[in-house]
Amino acid sequence: MLNKLRRVGPPLLMLAPSLILVGVFVYGLIVANFTTSLTDNHTAAQATGQKPAVFVWFTNYLDLLASEDFQHSLMNLVLYTVVFLVGTMIMGFLWAWMLEKPVKGEGLFRSVYLFPMAVSFVASGVVWRWLLNSNQDEQASGLNRLFQIVGLDALQNNWWNNVTFGIVAIAIPAIWQLSGYVMALFLAGFRGIPEELREAARMDGASEWKLYRHVLFPQLSPVALSALIIIGHMSLKAFDLIMSISKPANYQTKVPAVDMFVFKSSFDYANAAAVGSILLIIVAIVIVPYLIRTNREEKR
Amino acid sequence: MRVNQRMTATVATAAVLGLTLAACGGSGDGGDGGSASGSADQVEVFTWWAAGSEKAGLDALVGVFNEQHPDIEFVNGAVAGGAGSAAKDLLQTRLQAQDPPDTFQAHAGAELQDYIDAAQIEDVSDLYDEFGLTDVFPADLVDRLSTEDGAIYSIPSNIHRANVLWANPTVLEDNGIDPEATYEDLDAWMADLDKLDKAGVTALSVGTTWTQVNLLETVLLADLGPEAYSGLWDGSTDWEGPEVKAALEDFETLMSYTNDDRDGLDWPEATQMVIDGSAAFNVMGDWAVAAFEEQDKALGTDFTAAPVPGTDGVFDFLADSFTLPVGAPHPDGAKAWLETVGSLDGQVAFNKAKGSIPARTDADPADFSEYQQTAIDSFANDTIVSSLAHGAAAPVATLNAISDATSKFTTGASDLAGYQSELAAATQS
Repeated sequence: MLNKLRRVGPPLLMLAPSLILVGVFVYGLIVANFTTSLTDNHTAAQATGQKPAVFVWFTNYLDLLASEDFQHSLMNLVLYTVVFLVGTMIMGFLWAWMLEKPVKGEGLFRSVYLFPMAVSFVASGVVWRWLLNSNQDEQASGLNRLFQIVGLDALQNNWWNNVTFGIVAIAIPAIWQLSGYVMALFLAGFRGIPEELREAARMDGASEWKLYRHVLFPQLSPVALSALIIIGHMSLKAFDLIMSISKPANYQTKVPAVDMFVFKSSFDYANAAAVGSILLIIVAIVIVPYLIRTNREEKR
Repeated sequence: MRVNQRMTATVATAAVLGLTLAACGGSGDGGDGGSASGSADQVEVFTWWAAGSEKAGLDALVGVFNEQHPDIEFVNGAVAGGAGSAAKDLLQTRLQAQDPPDTFQAHAGAELQDYIDAAQIEDVSDLYDEFGLTDVFPADLVDRLSTEDGAIYSIPSNIHRANVLWANPTVLEDNGIDPEATYEDLDAWMADLDKLDKAGVTALSVGTTWTQVNLLETVLLADLGPEAYSGLWDGSTDWEGPEVKAALEDFETLMSYTNDDRDGLDWPEATQMVIDGSAAFNVMGDWAVAAFEEQDKALGTDFTAAPVPGTDGVFDFLADSFTLPVGAPHPDGAKAWLETVGSLDGQVAFNKAKGSIPARTDADPADFSEYQQTAIDSFANDTIVSSLAHGAAAPVATLNAISDATSKFTTGASDLAGYQSELAAATQS
């Protein structure tokens, strides 16, 4: 018994500070958030205990999910995530694929593609708000003006002010910023494949396509999965870019994170917490299977 | 190996201890080492007046405060950013942590309701009597500031008017419209807007959602009249009724004359369109006059200002005001500050610098600019109603719900009937 304590004790003591911190500030607060979301704490008076707040269980969740506005936010989130994911994966892979062959000035291109990631979403959002100005024809500016100059007038559109697909326009700057990161991941993946494998495949008479299909792609799939997870969870938490291009009250670009902000600013803590929990669950649905998989692989 | 293990244990224990001590130290700091309670040697004034004419106004007010109360130290608690939203967030945190500033800035009227419900601010109506403010503020204003049971929770420092129509006379003349014309009602105005729209000019510039709500409230005011408009906020006017429906139809028509990129603009950009001549009209509160004046535009020749058509004789007011938080560390300092805020000298100094007008009616109009003089005159003689978009008429939650519904409607996601019922629902909760 004492022996066991000697063996387990010190490491446990070492871990204790971080365990306590994570326990209180991450898991403790998740529980507090979830508890708030189960109450009818919708006013400032209830938040400060001047009026009682009672448990209403899942009423807030049911009301939110039934409301047309929140469904619109969720739909926006799905659209944004799909476009963002597909866009960064395609662009990132293409760039990595081009740079993977020995090219002159590879370092320069790599930096050029990676640089947008160094810019904060808020800063780039301010620029993109101007680029994505929805005025057309005579009053046009930004990209719409560019389309006019090059004679592609038909491409002019109202960008993020479209009620249904406006959110997709906001995915454009997000793709611009994160494609370089996905490129870096894929490039590392490509470089991690030993040259012998390619040579062996070529020796066996594989065509270039077959080489990619049967040798390189399978080797890249863990990288692709990591990229998907990283971009995916960033996309689900999208807030800053949307806030700096659009405004929190704009219906066309609402996503759950924006709803949470608006609820919080009207002292509606219960609904804000409920939206937070829903977001957490959505992110967990994406992340947890990935963690389980990685865990299993590590044990192997 | 053994030594190594003991070493690990020691380090770990030290780490845990250190953490615990740090936590204790943290909680000890919260007390703020404040001086004896009730003392009046300093006052922390929490505002979002951190730049531009607002800061100039605050500085002028502090100048008067230092003259009137030389023994009290002024501590500037101004928080910049987001038109006050950063300050409001921080304020909320401090109030909930029972660490209030001595006094804080807030829009007068219904926006205070959340603080009142949360028992975070004190009734200051006895200070109105003590400082003799009841007689120098217009009776209409005192009515609008009082809650149902006659309590007043803040002292206004300045007044703004939200129902002002700004126009560029050059654009109007170029399109064959008499810039001197005054419009009886919205219909007469919309006839001219239509003319401008057909000529390919942006007839009416507007910005993001809150500026659209500002436009909406002036339309409601024009179509319903001041009495029925005020009734919207106390439940005596029916939101589902045909009168509101007619007003919303007018709002829909007006929105059709506006610029396409509105949702990306805030008020300075929308007003700039009128200054630059790329739009003919703009409806905005009278703080917009500062934007015209900064660019050396003269009232009457380069721009005109008038009440929104159909709201002549009505003053759609909003006001900044100061409160007395429950548990303020220096209540006597706060009271001294409130005395300065309500005093004639304080109000004149502050408003001359900020460009708004005093809430007191005994200020000499000759001290103020040309536009301010007209506003002072209207404020003294017009019917005063509360602005929705600026927190005087409805609590934050109601305003947010109305903003959401308005954004949904103006982006085309809901029809007029849906909009009306969402507005009705917003004001009931």
